[in-house]
Amino acid sequence: MPIQTPFHPRTSEHNKALDWKDWAGYFAANSYNVVSDFEYYAFRHSAGLVDITPLFKYKITGKDAMMFLSRIIVKDISKLKLNQATYCCWCDDRGMVIDDGTVMRFGENEYFLTAADPSYSWFSRFIKKLDVHIEDITDSFCGLALQGPTSRDILKNMCDADLDSMKFFWTTDANSEGFKFKISRTGYTGDLGYELWVKNEDALNLFDAIWKAGQDYNIRMAGIAALDIARLEAGLIMNGVDYHGSLHALIPEQMSSPYELGLGWTVNLDRKPFMGQRALKKEKKNGSRWATVGIDINWPDLEKLYKKHGLPPHIQAGAWRHSVPIYHKQQKSKQIGYATSGTWSPILKKNIALATIEIDYAKSGTEVNFEVMVEHHRELVRAIVGKPQFFNPKRKRAIL
Amino acid sequence: MSKKYDAIIIGGGHNGLINAAYLAKAGKKVLVLEKRYVLGGAAVSEEIHPGFTFSVCSYVVSLFRPHIIRELSLVKHGYDIIPMDASYQPLPDGDIGLCKWGDAAKTRREIARFSKKDSEVYGEFNKVMTHMAKLAKEVIDHPAPDVASINPKELSSLLRMGKVFKNLGSELLQMNTKLLTMSSADFLDLWFESEILKGPLAVSGIIGTFLGVRSPGTAYVLLHHYMGELDGAFRSWGFSKGGTGGVSNACADAARSFGAEIRTNVSVSNVKIVNGKAMGVILANGDEIDSKIVVSNLDPNRTYLKMIGEDNLSSDITKEIKRFKMRGSSGKVNFALNGVPNFCRKRKGLEYMKGDIAIVPNVDYAEKAYDQAKYGEFSERPFINIVVPSLIDPTLAPPGKHVMSCFVQYAPFYIKEGPEYWPKLSDKFGDAVQETIKEYVPDIDSLVEHRQVVTPWDMQQTFGLTEGNIFQGELTLEQLLFQRPISGYAKYKTPIRNLWMSGSGTHPGGGIMGSGGELSAKSILKEKAI
Repeated sequence: MPIQTPFHPRTSEHNKALDWKDWAGYFAANSYNVVSDFEYYAFRHSAGLVDITPLFKYKITGKDAMMFLSRIIVKDISKLKLNQATYCCWCDDRGMVIDDGTVMRFGENEYFLTAADPSYSWFSRFIKKLDVHIEDITDSFCGLALQGPTSRDILKNMCDADLDSMKFFWTTDANSEGFKFKISRTGYTGDLGYELWVKNEDALNLFDAIWKAGQDYNIRMAGIAALDIARLEAGLIMNGVDYHGSLHALIPEQMSSPYELGLGWTVNLDRKPFMGQRALKKEKKNGSRWATVGIDINWPDLEKLYKKHGLPPHIQAGAWRHSVPIYHKQQKSKQIGYATSGTWSPILKKNIALATIEIDYAKSGTEVNFEVMVEHHRELVRAIVGKPQFFNPKRKRAIL
Repeated sequence: MSKKYDAIIIGGGHNGLINAAYLAKAGKKVLVLEKRYVLGGAAVSEEIHPGFTFSVCSYVVSLFRPHIIRELSLVKHGYDIIPMDASYQPLPDGDIGLCKWGDAAKTRREIARFSKKDSEVYGEFNKVMTHMAKLAKEVIDHPAPDVASINPKELSSLLRMGKVFKNLGSELLQMNTKLLTMSSADFLDLWFESEILKGPLAVSGIIGTFLGVRSPGTAYVLLHHYMGELDGAFRSWGFSKGGTGGVSNACADAARSFGAEIRTNVSVSNVKIVNGKAMGVILANGDEIDSKIVVSNLDPNRTYLKMIGEDNLSSDITKEIKRFKMRGSSGKVNFALNGVPNFCRKRKGLEYMKGDIAIVPNVDYAEKAYDQAKYGEFSERPFINIVVPSLIDPTLAPPGKHVMSCFVQYAPFYIKEGPEYWPKLSDKFGDAVQETIKEYVPDIDSLVEHRQVVTPWDMQQTFGLTEGNIFQGELTLEQLLFQRPISGYAKYKTPIRNLWMSGSGTHPGGGIMGSGGELSAKSILKEKAI
């Protein structure tokens, strides 16, 4: 049975819908309200607060920590400056992605890493004789994501950190009344936002301070359902949904390389040896089989199909996470890929999806056919291949 | 020397800007001229009091066409709508009133407090109205077919519309006939028994018209409300971030990105007409700017009588356009408040206030408000539609403070003393609104930091809406479709060659829909007018 996060006394008070799900062994609110749209809108218009404690969290220290991380991660961590953060992934020696996460440099020889899956055992393999210590702080540290256009104002009202000049993917220490915490300008919504990290003992203090400061800024609790819509608009992939970590894959077809996931930009190939380097060099040279793309599903086509039944168009509320076949533009029985998750984008008024598609069809602008179910009938509608990122507001990176 | 444009658009309201964006996107050289210092027309945000941004006129976005958002990439240009969840109706007697929510079960329980029967019928009513609205949607996304024409294109377009009606089935068809002919109060009596439910529903049939809830034909306007609900699966009723000017600014930004030129503080005196053909515009300062076509985003009255001028019109057309009913009937009162105006302290939290608040306790209240207006007075106890958008868009007011926008009906343009007398009545009108609100929010006086009163006279003088009509002409059946604004010129054309129209005074009419601007531009491009 899942356990409760240190924020549970507060989140359970807010969870009017009693809608909990299991996130990595913790109770996580799927939605706090029966009608959950407003949790999503908080990310885009004010600020949504998400309990992200269930992420796996590791503290990596020691004089070889930087070298160690650079060895296991596809990105060159030696370039990471003090207080900087970076998004990255790590691979097995076949160059297949195990997991993706964020690495933050909190000290000269102190790093903080978040992951979707338990990673202690995998990382420990590579310590060997290095001066590195990995501490699993998943259960002793907790996290809140405060995401949305008013998130900066809220934080400024409750702590002493200088947030006006803090750039996207940087971190800082912060003091509030009687407790300390860490702030990273990171998140999973593609919007202006922060993640806050604190010792379990100070969890409720942090929560209360933020909640109080947020009252004039329309702060709302937001659940996983809302987060899913936002991350899809931002084109952010999810382990276990849009790809399978190679340690969990049962057959090679279930594995993906960073290039295939659209994470090629996180790979620093030409440097000292790192896990997967040889395979990745080879793939870079020979090309990949698959690509991760964004799919813009033609809405008027769907409207027409519903109209045939005398109905207004209908799609499920919120995001979906299941495989949907994608077919060739002319040869409608030839499958060329599959969508892995998707949503109606409330802000763009578009029906969008993330998909894995054969590399020949991955060019932006390629027209494909997308399978939909309309009144119990399988049908096809046109769709356009594009970049995964559908929404990218300036405020995400802006500094004051 | 003035340079040659493909199109000059008179009036930088949202429809004019959308028109410009579509034309510019098609590669045309476009110039938009706006009389005021700020763009948006009636969809405008202004900082009237320091730190407080008001949606001075129109205040919610309901029917904005989703395909326009996609086609013009408006989100990239800042288009941002915050949906409304609740719709609250307070009662003056201390009862907690009625709040309708996105959550159907919650709404049913709220209605059941007043009538168990109504609480169940409400779902049925919504279902039928959704069917009806499907029809209406068919109508608003296409230019109106010309019933008098035997052109095969017009006939097929009529046929398409006919088919949709035919497919309704006889039961719904009967309902449709009722909708087209009945008063909104009578129509609602067919369904409901509780006054508190009927009040605000009935009122949505009279918004922007000089009719009462018991006037025949008003049931149809109810439907306009439900068209929003149809897209409602995707929540089209909402607040624009930064006020309704946010929509206009996004449209302007999109137009500029396609190469359109936009100038503010430029007043057009009239269209330059040579041999019955529009050749450009003549500015108030006497300058002339030439263009291949001119698009007027002004209302029909000003387009025909001022921009064209009676000298260039036949007497029949002049007569018809003068018959086109403007007669504004509403005003706006906008408040800057130093705290939350709590309409019901017995309700927990403020969620119930994050949509709109309707002051109309029952149907009689609305009809009584009309009684006064009929004889040239503003209603002492008017219907008020209130929103406090700063509750969900904190950028509109300083922290802890709020903007409250009140749409007020009736405030007839033709008051007893004559419309020019309105400036002298402005304060009294504002007081009546504040007094009405005080019945629900006793501490309202102490909350008010600033009050802006927009009378129908102001709407005409400042915003160019003739007689203060918020829809550029009443949205009544006889002024819709192929009769908007006048029969024979309902397809965005005018009797003057190369002069087109794009505003709310054209089909399909008012609200921040964007359809006039879009359909007009598409018609211009289809006809290869430029």
